[in-house]
Amino acid sequence: MTAAVLFSKVSRHYGLVKALDEVDLEVLEGEFFAMLGPSGSGKTTCLRQIAGFDQPTAGHIEIFGETAEGVPPFRRNVNTVFQDYALFPHLNVLDNVAYGLMIRGIAKTERYRSAEEALDLVALPGLGKRRAGELSGGQRQRVALARALVNKPRVLLLDEPLGALDLKLREQMQEELKTLHRQLGITFIFVTHDQNEALSMADRVALFNEGRVVQVGTPQEIYRQPNSRFVADFVGSSNVLPPDFVASLVGSSRWASLRPESIRLTESGGHEASVVTSNFLGGSTRLALDLGSLRLHAMVPSISVVPVVGDKVHIDWNQGDMHLMEEGV
Amino acid sequence: MRRLADTLWRHPRLLLLLMLAPPVLWLGVIYLGSLAALLVQSFFSIDEFSGLINYEFTLKTYRELLIPANLDILVRTVSMATAVTLAAIAVAFPIAFYAARYARGRWKAAFYIGVMLPLWSSYLVKIYAWKLVLAKEGILNWLFAKLHLTWLLEAYLSLPLIGGNSLSVSYTGTFLVFLYVWLPFMILPLQAALERVPVNLLEASADLGGSSRQTFRHVVLPLALPGVIAGSIFTFSLTLGDYIIPQIIGSSRLFIGQAVYSHQGTAGNIPLAAAFAVVPIVIMGFYLWMAKRAGAFDAL
Amino acid sequence: MRSSGQHEAPLKLKLAAGAGLLFLHLPILLIFVYAFTTEERSYQWPPPGLTTKWLAVAWNRPDIWEALALSIKVASVSTLIALVLGTLCAAAVSRSQFFGRETISLLVILPIALPGIVTGIALRSAFNLSDIPFSTWTIILGHATFCVVVVYNNAVARFRRTSVSLIEASMDLGADGFQTLRYVILPNIATALLAGGMLAFALSFDEVIVTTFTAGQQQTLPIWMLEELVRPRQRPVTNVVAMVVVLATFLPILGAFYLTRDGDQIAGSGK
Repeated sequence: MTAAVLFSKVSRHYGLVKALDEVDLEVLEGEFFAMLGPSGSGKTTCLRQIAGFDQPTAGHIEIFGETAEGVPPFRRNVNTVFQDYALFPHLNVLDNVAYGLMIRGIAKTERYRSAEEALDLVALPGLGKRRAGELSGGQRQRVALARALVNKPRVLLLDEPLGALDLKLREQMQEELKTLHRQLGITFIFVTHDQNEALSMADRVALFNEGRVVQVGTPQEIYRQPNSRFVADFVGSSNVLPPDFVASLVGSSRWASLRPESIRLTESGGHEASVVTSNFLGGSTRLALDLGSLRLHAMVPSISVVPVVGDKVHIDWNQGDMHLMEEGV
Repeated sequence: MRRLADTLWRHPRLLLLLMLAPPVLWLGVIYLGSLAALLVQSFFSIDEFSGLINYEFTLKTYRELLIPANLDILVRTVSMATAVTLAAIAVAFPIAFYAARYARGRWKAAFYIGVMLPLWSSYLVKIYAWKLVLAKEGILNWLFAKLHLTWLLEAYLSLPLIGGNSLSVSYTGTFLVFLYVWLPFMILPLQAALERVPVNLLEASADLGGSSRQTFRHVVLPLALPGVIAGSIFTFSLTLGDYIIPQIIGSSRLFIGQAVYSHQGTAGNIPLAAAFAVVPIVIMGFYLWMAKRAGAFDAL
Repeated sequence: MRSSGQHEAPLKLKLAAGAGLLFLHLPILLIFVYAFTTEERSYQWPPPGLTTKWLAVAWNRPDIWEALALSIKVASVSTLIALVLGTLCAAAVSRSQFFGRETISLLVILPIALPGIVTGIALRSAFNLSDIPFSTWTIILGHATFCVVVVYNNAVARFRRTSVSLIEASMDLGADGFQTLRYVILPNIATALLAGGMLAFALSFDEVIVTTFTAGQQQTLPIWMLEELVRPRQRPVTNVVAMVVVLATFLPILGAFYLTRDGDQIAGSGK
């Protein structure tokens, strides 16, 4: 499969600040790719460089094999759904969606027809005559989506697309985006700081931190096999086991990550721990346990007897669930 | 065309330069150049006998400013500017205060228009209106007569300095017109500053035991100060430089503006005119510097 | 902004505010009355009689029409120049960070901040020194210079409210710089430019101080009026003209207000 987008040792410096530090990235054609990370990690900078609003200070970017540096955004076959949607306030919805086609010189009837089709695709039929200000947040986002897709881009970029939506709407949009992606078969690249979003929607995720790509993999890989404490902490919550403890269990003196749901309560055996806090969450209960000087968090199903503060319990986990990490940090 | 678009996108600094060049060149050459020419001229002098300009650097012209007749003009103008400014603050404050804190919705718009319209009405028309009002046979005298207060008016007019033969040739008349014409310039920044006083500060003051008057004195007034200063910049500066108002409503005693006008006219004494013109620039420069230090520029 | 617990202003304040506003408007209203008086030689009050004949007299005076024509011509050209220069400057200042940005803002405001007499005599002495004869163009030169700031203020305020992502979105969808300018930027600042243009027109139309210094033998309407003030011919005719001028500037001001009402301040606090 060809690489839709290829970053080779891309750096972006602002004076002394390194927004991107020798980033290598490969997005495959047709993927739903997520760029995840905290604020300032460089993920948005990367997205903007794919779109063409930013230029690298070093390194090389290719889009479908063609050099992208120096190519203005209006010459790329890439379209963006902006974080604030950026709908043109002086145009109605239909003209907004048809804007790209209008620029290309496509005749009015034809471009309006394509625009209507695009609006149907995003489940907003018949809203053509409205102005952007009259729409709800969710509707505006769909219009932004339609406006980008109507140009049949080879890569669709989404900049924190679901951040401004409420929970219900967000879940709904997640499903719709996945469906759209399957329908259209084009490459989707989206940026988010919400790891739930990234894990649930993406085929592959790249995790950014401080301008570098820390780990790339499928959601399962990232979650189950985080390669560093940062990843383990950022993606889901995790217990980080220090090397000496790990050595006593498996002989290898390395840091390891252990997901809370991997810990189970047993009648006997395993390790003895005392319950520090107990939070009933409905289906599960989150426990903070002290194992000697080690603080562990466990997520256990809320069965009939739930431990309370002060209880002494036995906990255990599968050795395979304990993932040894490459670096300590 | 495409090539040009690409080039401009690739070189944003070039685009910036192209955008800035016309306005900056225009303003720089035409305006700053003229100001420089003016400044330079004030260091020349006029040859008394030939009436021609002597293009040699000298401070003689500035020294001429200090002779009693000219000094009078300077003092007169600055005093008038001060008086007008103080009066403008007093008159503008209730209007601005009401508009900022109590006017709502349609009334707010009405107030705004009510201040903007006179502001933008023709300057000459406004002066002219006062000429009508202050004329001996005009409405003001008629009003005084109707109220049987003509004796009061005449007593006032016989006062030295601020009185005169009639209102329209007295300092009072000039003062009134100045006040009238510049008043909107004081109202607008004052209103803007008052609008910016957060309500919770007033509430906090009341919460801490301050009465209305104390709150006004200790909270509202200091916060309104930048607006006052901003407005005073306008009233002061405009009065300093005006030559038409004193000419139409005033006596033959000259103000700075008139001095500049007359010297550069038939007398051809451009250096002296320039020197006179430099005085308001210096005064305003100083005033602006003090105002900037007091933080007034946010109100502009 | 609401004084808590005090939704109605104290009576004294209301009276003072009302009186102040009245003070601002009454004299102008008087002019309207004087335009219809029968008394020609003085400003007698109350007017001995009322007539509309002065409207016809004013209509037939050629010097008024000439002055009016010149004023309109000067105002139009100056406004056009100010629109171009002001918009360019506003775009540069609000979109980029560059060295000297503050200075540019100061430079733009200077022609209006310094007293008119200074601007006037500066321009006049510059024209003298460079041997440029006084003509309509010297008037326009002066007017355009101080009209720039009016357009600039309106344009900058509007640029600040226009989100950068609109320009990016336009480029993302295939429009280059020029197309973006035409299809996205201009439509969004159009009303601000219109407002600025109208205010600039009103400013130029009314200007007299700088004009007396930069005009030769020509008369703009304000200069005509100044002459009449100093050496009155037919007083009611002057009143008629004054009344027309007030009415004529009323409309652009109202228009500019409605065009920029949502959020902005009209650039009127500097004249």
